[in-house]
Amino acid sequence: MSHSKSSMRTPLGRVRGLGSARSGTEHFWMQRVTAVANVPLSLFVIGLIITTAGSNYAAVKATLGSPLVAIPLILFVLSATWHMRLGMQMIIEDYVPAEGTKVVLLLANTFFSVAIGLGSVFAILKLSFGV
Amino acid sequence: MAESKPVSERPLSPHLQIYRPMLTMMMSIMHRVTGGALFFGTLLMAWWLIAAASGPAAYATFQWFAGSIIGRLILFGYTWALYHHMLGGIRHFIWDTGRGFGPAEREWLVRANLIGSIVLTVLTWIVAYAVRGGV
Repeated sequence: MSHSKSSMRTPLGRVRGLGSARSGTEHFWMQRVTAVANVPLSLFVIGLIITTAGSNYAAVKATLGSPLVAIPLILFVLSATWHMRLGMQMIIEDYVPAEGTKVVLLLANTFFSVAIGLGSVFAILKLSFGV
Repeated sequence: MAESKPVSERPLSPHLQIYRPMLTMMMSIMHRVTGGALFFGTLLMAWWLIAAASGPAAYATFQWFAGSIIGRLILFGYTWALYHHMLGGIRHFIWDTGRGFGPAEREWLVRANLIGSIVLTVLTWIVAYAVRGGV
Protein backbone atom coordinates (compact mmCIF):
# COMPACT_ATOMS: atom_id res chain seq x y z
CA MET A 1 0.00 0.00 0.00
CA SER A 2 1.46 3.33 -0.96
CA HIS A 3 0.45 6.31 1.09
CA SER A 4 0.80 9.88 0.07
CA LYS A 5 3.65 11.42 1.98
CA SER A 6 1.59 14.49 2.60
CA SER A 7 -1.12 12.56 4.49
CA MET A 8 -1.60 13.72 8.05
CA ARG A 9 -3.52 10.60 9.05
CA THR A 10 -2.05 8.16 11.53
CA PRO A 11 -1.62 4.48 10.55
CA LEU A 12 -4.52 3.62 12.90
CA GLY A 13 -6.73 6.26 11.35
CA ARG A 14 -6.10 4.85 7.88
CA VAL A 15 -7.20 1.31 8.74
CA ARG A 16 -10.12 2.12 11.04
CA GLY A 17 -13.43 0.91 9.65
CA LEU A 18 -11.78 -1.05 6.86
CA GLY A 19 -12.03 -4.47 8.40
CA SER A 20 -11.20 -6.76 11.20
CA ALA A 21 -8.79 -6.25 14.00
CA ARG A 22 -8.50 -9.62 15.73
CA SER A 23 -12.19 -10.41 15.22
CA GLY A 24 -11.83 -11.55 11.61
CA THR A 25 -11.40 -15.20 12.45
CA GLU A 26 -14.34 -15.35 14.83
CA HIS A 27 -16.77 -16.84 12.30
CA PHE A 28 -14.33 -19.57 11.33
CA TRP A 29 -13.34 -20.22 14.94
CA MET A 30 -16.88 -20.43 16.34
CA GLN A 31 -17.85 -22.76 13.51
CA ARG A 32 -15.02 -25.06 14.59
CA VAL A 33 -15.77 -24.70 18.33
CA THR A 34 -19.45 -25.60 17.82
CA ALA A 35 -18.45 -28.37 15.39
CA VAL A 36 -16.23 -29.99 18.03
CA ALA A 37 -19.04 -29.75 20.59
CA ASN A 38 -21.57 -31.13 18.11
CA VAL A 39 -19.74 -34.44 17.64
CA PRO A 40 -20.29 -35.94 21.14
CA LEU A 41 -23.58 -34.08 21.65
CA SER A 42 -25.08 -35.38 18.36
CA LEU A 43 -24.07 -38.93 19.26
CA PHE A 44 -25.79 -38.46 22.62
CA VAL A 45 -28.97 -37.21 20.94
CA ILE A 46 -28.97 -40.13 18.48
CA GLY A 47 -28.74 -42.51 21.43
CA LEU A 48 -31.49 -40.61 23.24
CA ILE A 49 -33.83 -40.79 20.23
CA ILE A 50 -33.17 -44.52 19.81
CA THR A 51 -33.98 -45.25 23.45
CA THR A 52 -37.10 -43.07 23.60
CA ALA A 53 -38.52 -43.93 20.17
CA GLY A 54 -40.67 -46.79 21.40
CA SER A 55 -41.52 -45.35 24.82
CA ASN A 56 -44.93 -44.09 25.91
CA TYR A 57 -45.57 -40.43 26.68
CA ALA A 58 -45.02 -40.60 30.44
CA ALA A 59 -41.64 -42.30 30.01
CA VAL A 60 -40.52 -39.83 27.34
CA LYS A 61 -41.57 -36.89 29.51
CA ALA A 62 -39.68 -38.27 32.51
CA THR A 63 -36.54 -38.98 30.45
CA LEU A 64 -36.39 -35.61 28.67
CA GLY A 65 -37.01 -33.78 31.94
CA SER A 66 -34.30 -35.53 33.96
CA PRO A 67 -31.21 -33.32 34.52
CA LEU A 68 -28.65 -35.69 33.06
CA VAL A 69 -30.62 -35.79 29.80
CA ALA A 70 -31.94 -32.22 29.76
CA ILE A 71 -28.54 -30.56 30.29
CA PRO A 72 -26.68 -32.22 27.38
CA LEU A 73 -29.83 -31.84 25.27
CA ILE A 74 -29.85 -28.08 25.89
CA LEU A 75 -26.12 -27.92 25.14
CA PHE A 76 -26.78 -29.75 21.87
CA VAL A 77 -29.60 -27.38 20.88
CA LEU A 78 -27.47 -24.29 21.56
CA SER A 79 -24.35 -25.62 19.84
CA ALA A 80 -26.24 -27.03 16.84
CA THR A 81 -28.36 -23.93 16.20
CA TRP A 82 -25.33 -21.67 16.56
CA HIS A 83 -23.35 -23.86 14.16
CA MET A 84 -26.15 -24.05 11.60
CA ARG A 85 -26.64 -20.28 11.66
CA LEU A 86 -22.95 -19.77 10.84
CA GLY A 87 -23.09 -22.38 8.09
CA MET A 88 -26.24 -21.05 6.45
CA GLN A 89 -24.83 -17.52 6.65
CA MET A 90 -21.86 -18.70 4.59
CA ILE A 91 -24.10 -20.39 2.03
CA ILE A 92 -26.21 -17.23 1.65
CA GLU A 93 -23.15 -15.00 1.33
CA ASP A 94 -21.70 -17.33 -1.31
CA TYR A 95 -24.74 -17.73 -3.54
CA VAL A 96 -26.86 -14.60 -3.15
CA PRO A 97 -25.16 -11.64 -4.79
CA ALA A 98 -28.17 -9.26 -4.68
CA GLU A 99 -27.69 -7.05 -1.66
CA GLY A 100 -31.37 -6.71 -0.67
CA THR A 101 -32.20 -10.41 -0.98
CA LYS A 102 -29.02 -11.27 0.87
CA VAL A 103 -29.88 -9.06 3.85
CA VAL A 104 -33.43 -10.46 4.01
CA LEU A 105 -32.14 -14.05 3.91
CA LEU A 106 -29.47 -13.34 6.53
CA LEU A 107 -32.20 -11.93 8.80
CA ALA A 108 -34.42 -14.95 8.14
CA ASN A 109 -31.48 -17.23 8.91
CA THR A 110 -30.94 -15.63 12.30
CA PHE A 111 -34.66 -15.56 13.14
CA PHE A 112 -35.10 -19.22 12.18
CA SER A 113 -32.05 -20.38 14.13
CA VAL A 114 -32.98 -18.41 17.24
CA ALA A 115 -36.63 -19.54 17.07
CA ILE A 116 -35.64 -23.21 16.75
CA GLY A 117 -33.03 -22.87 19.48
CA LEU A 118 -35.10 -21.01 22.05
CA GLY A 119 -38.28 -22.96 21.22
CA SER A 120 -36.46 -26.22 21.86
CA VAL A 121 -34.78 -24.97 25.04
CA PHE A 122 -38.11 -23.70 26.36
CA ALA A 123 -39.67 -27.11 25.70
CA ILE A 124 -36.84 -28.90 27.54
CA LEU A 125 -37.09 -26.51 30.50
CA LYS A 126 -40.85 -26.97 30.65
CA LEU A 127 -40.37 -30.75 30.71
CA SER A 128 -37.78 -30.31 33.45
CA PHE A 129 -39.64 -27.90 35.71
CA GLY A 130 -43.19 -29.07 34.99
CA VAL A 131 -46.28 -26.82 34.97
CA MET B 1 -25.32 -18.27 -26.01
CA ALA B 2 -23.01 -16.37 -28.33
CA GLU B 3 -25.31 -13.39 -28.74
CA SER B 4 -26.17 -13.08 -25.04
CA LYS B 5 -24.58 -9.94 -23.73
CA PRO B 6 -22.63 -10.34 -20.51
CA VAL B 7 -23.73 -8.12 -17.66
CA SER B 8 -20.17 -7.31 -16.87
CA GLU B 9 -17.05 -7.35 -19.03
CA ARG B 10 -14.95 -8.52 -16.14
CA PRO B 11 -13.56 -12.04 -16.47
CA LEU B 12 -15.13 -14.69 -14.28
CA SER B 13 -13.27 -17.42 -12.49
CA PRO B 14 -13.93 -20.92 -13.85
CA HIS B 15 -16.94 -22.50 -12.20
CA LEU B 16 -18.44 -25.98 -11.81
CA GLN B 17 -19.18 -26.68 -15.47
CA ILE B 18 -15.51 -26.48 -16.39
CA TYR B 19 -14.34 -29.23 -14.05
CA ARG B 20 -14.59 -32.98 -14.49
CA PRO B 21 -16.61 -34.29 -11.54
CA MET B 22 -14.34 -35.80 -8.93
CA LEU B 23 -15.14 -37.58 -5.70
CA THR B 24 -13.46 -34.94 -3.52
CA MET B 25 -15.48 -32.24 -5.26
CA MET B 26 -18.77 -34.15 -4.99
CA MET B 27 -18.13 -34.77 -1.30
CA SER B 28 -17.41 -31.10 -0.73
CA ILE B 29 -20.75 -30.28 -2.35
CA MET B 30 -22.45 -32.99 -0.31
CA HIS B 31 -21.03 -31.49 2.87
CA ARG B 32 -22.89 -28.28 2.08
CA VAL B 33 -26.04 -30.04 0.95
CA THR B 34 -26.21 -32.19 4.10
CA GLY B 35 -25.54 -29.09 6.19
CA GLY B 36 -28.50 -27.35 4.53
CA ALA B 37 -30.69 -30.42 5.05
CA LEU B 38 -29.74 -30.58 8.72
CA PHE B 39 -30.58 -26.87 9.04
CA PHE B 40 -34.20 -27.36 7.96
CA GLY B 41 -34.41 -30.74 9.65
CA THR B 42 -34.09 -29.06 13.05
CA LEU B 43 -37.80 -28.24 12.58
CA LEU B 44 -38.41 -31.93 13.34
CA MET B 45 -36.29 -31.74 16.48
CA ALA B 46 -38.16 -28.65 17.68
CA TRP B 47 -41.49 -30.35 16.87
CA TRP B 48 -40.41 -33.44 18.85
CA LEU B 49 -39.42 -31.43 21.95
CA ILE B 50 -42.32 -28.96 21.84
CA ALA B 51 -44.80 -31.81 21.32
CA ALA B 52 -43.36 -33.63 24.35
CA ALA B 53 -43.71 -30.43 26.38
CA SER B 54 -47.26 -29.79 25.13
CA GLY B 55 -48.94 -33.03 26.21
CA PRO B 56 -49.91 -36.58 25.26
CA ALA B 57 -52.11 -35.60 22.29
CA ALA B 58 -49.43 -33.42 20.66
CA TYR B 59 -46.82 -36.10 21.29
CA ALA B 60 -49.07 -38.78 19.78
CA THR B 61 -49.35 -36.67 16.61
CA PHE B 62 -45.57 -36.41 16.39
CA GLN B 63 -45.15 -40.14 17.02
CA TRP B 64 -47.69 -40.91 14.33
CA PHE B 65 -45.73 -38.81 11.82
CA ALA B 66 -42.29 -40.09 12.87
CA GLY B 67 -43.54 -43.68 12.70
CA SER B 68 -45.15 -43.33 9.28
CA ILE B 69 -43.35 -44.45 6.14
CA ILE B 70 -42.59 -40.87 5.10
CA GLY B 71 -41.52 -39.98 8.63
CA ARG B 72 -39.16 -42.94 8.81
CA LEU B 73 -37.71 -42.13 5.39
CA ILE B 74 -37.06 -38.53 6.48
CA LEU B 75 -35.49 -39.73 9.74
CA PHE B 76 -33.36 -42.27 7.86
CA GLY B 77 -32.16 -39.57 5.48
CA TYR B 78 -31.59 -37.24 8.40
CA THR B 79 -29.47 -39.86 10.17
CA TRP B 80 -27.32 -40.25 7.07
CA ALA B 81 -27.01 -36.48 6.57
CA LEU B 82 -25.95 -36.08 10.20
CA TYR B 83 -23.26 -38.78 10.01
CA HIS B 84 -22.07 -37.56 6.62
CA HIS B 85 -21.77 -33.98 7.85
CA MET B 86 -20.17 -35.13 11.12
CA LEU B 87 -17.51 -37.25 9.37
CA GLY B 88 -17.01 -34.44 6.84
CA GLY B 89 -16.42 -32.12 9.77
CA ILE B 90 -13.83 -34.50 11.21
CA ARG B 91 -12.17 -34.55 7.76
CA HIS B 92 -12.03 -30.76 7.96
CA PHE B 93 -10.50 -30.95 11.44
CA ILE B 94 -7.74 -33.15 9.98
CA TRP B 95 -7.26 -30.65 7.15
CA ASP B 96 -7.18 -27.82 9.71
CA THR B 97 -4.00 -29.32 11.14
CA GLY B 98 -2.41 -29.17 7.70
CA ARG B 99 -2.47 -32.94 7.21
CA GLY B 100 -4.26 -35.10 4.66
CA PHE B 101 -3.93 -32.89 1.58
CA GLY B 102 -1.91 -35.32 -0.54
CA PRO B 103 -3.64 -36.89 -3.59
CA ALA B 104 -3.82 -40.37 -2.03
CA GLU B 105 -4.73 -39.09 1.44
CA ARG B 106 -7.58 -36.83 0.39
CA GLU B 107 -9.01 -39.58 -1.81
CA TRP B 108 -8.79 -42.00 1.12
CA LEU B 109 -10.45 -39.46 3.43
CA VAL B 110 -13.47 -38.86 1.21
CA ARG B 111 -13.97 -42.59 0.67
CA ALA B 112 -13.83 -43.18 4.43
CA ASN B 113 -16.31 -40.35 4.86
CA LEU B 114 -18.78 -41.79 2.36
CA ILE B 115 -18.51 -45.42 3.43
CA GLY B 116 -18.41 -44.49 7.12
CA SER B 117 -21.60 -42.44 6.89
CA ILE B 118 -23.49 -45.31 5.22
CA VAL B 119 -22.17 -47.93 7.67
CA LEU B 120 -22.97 -45.79 10.73
CA THR B 121 -26.48 -45.01 9.43
CA VAL B 122 -27.31 -48.66 8.83
CA LEU B 123 -25.82 -49.68 12.20
CA THR B 124 -27.81 -46.99 14.00
CA TRP B 125 -31.06 -48.18 12.45
CA ILE B 126 -30.30 -51.83 13.20
CA VAL B 127 -29.70 -50.88 16.84
CA ALA B 128 -32.83 -48.71 16.86
CA TYR B 129 -35.02 -51.54 15.58
CA ALA B 130 -33.37 -54.03 17.96
CA VAL B 131 -34.03 -51.74 20.95
CA ARG B 132 -37.64 -51.25 19.90
CA GLY B 133 -38.11 -54.98 19.46
CA GLY B 134 -38.64 -54.93 15.72
CA VAL B 135 -41.64 -52.55 15.73
